[in-house]
Amino acid sequence: MLKFVSLLGAGVLLCGLAGPAAAQGAKPTDPQIAHIAYTAGVLDIKAAQQALDKSKNAKVRAFAQDMVRDHTSVNDQALALCKKLGVTPEDNDTSKGLVKDADAYRAKLAGLSGAAFDKAYAEHEVAYHHTVNGALESTLIPSANNAELKSLLETGLKIFKGHEEHARTLAASLK
Amino acid sequence: MRLCRASRAAVLVITLAAAGPAAAGVVHVDMKGIGFTPARISAKVGDTIEWANHDFVVHSATARDHSFDVNVTANQSGRTVVKKAGKIAYYCRYHPNMTAEIDVAAK
Repeated sequence: MLKFVSLLGAGVLLCGLAGPAAAQGAKPTDPQIAHIAYTAGVLDIKAAQQALDKSKNAKVRAFAQDMVRDHTSVNDQALALCKKLGVTPEDNDTSKGLVKDADAYRAKLAGLSGAAFDKAYAEHEVAYHHTVNGALESTLIPSANNAELKSLLETGLKIFKGHEEHARTLAASLK
Repeated sequence: MRLCRASRAAVLVITLAAAGPAAAGVVHVDMKGIGFTPARISAKVGDTIEWANHDFVVHSATARDHSFDVNVTANQSGRTVVKKAGKIAYYCRYHPNMTAEIDVAAK
């Protein structure tokens, strides 16, 4: 059941990330890409804050703290870059879909506790980072026009790939 | 004459003192672009390995054999002294896709 919930979460998220741009055949613009990447970071921070509220597992809590710290750092860099470039992040259907899916998933996790919550959170972190990394590689990075934005997204991808690997190790340790 | 002998002794002591620490070196590794550069280094027992973090996120240099675990915040550096010979594989705890190795030779 938990696996199903995780997979469902990842599947919905994937649709959210691939959907609008793919359906219209249009590449996202730089202000939209900035908004999507920033939103994805904010949502992972919210998921981590929920884990810090609910979990008593030291490994889960340490991972969640790492997520808050790293995603805050990346988003700070993104905001500073947007300011420097005079880019205003632009809300879009992909960002809206991400928020809606993440809110729904957090509501599901709110009903779990103890080891069941820890396992679901860790598995969700694997799926979430895997999906966001896929979207960065296939859509967001190739679509970015500004070289500095592209470079920040590429650095972000390396960081998030590290998170995905870290999350896999965490999830495996909770089985 | 006595003064001369004393001077020579003093020079010898200073020379020996200077030769001691100089034998141990410092090997620098950059944490940059979410990677260790160079990823493979050689060192001798007693050498200091110094990691400089040029990234905007925290990294660690964590030995797989648990012989060291150095936390390095953004734009700071951290160090450890390698104490035994052999190959030590290490990685970043926060970003385990960052991996590297130190080949430590006996003194």
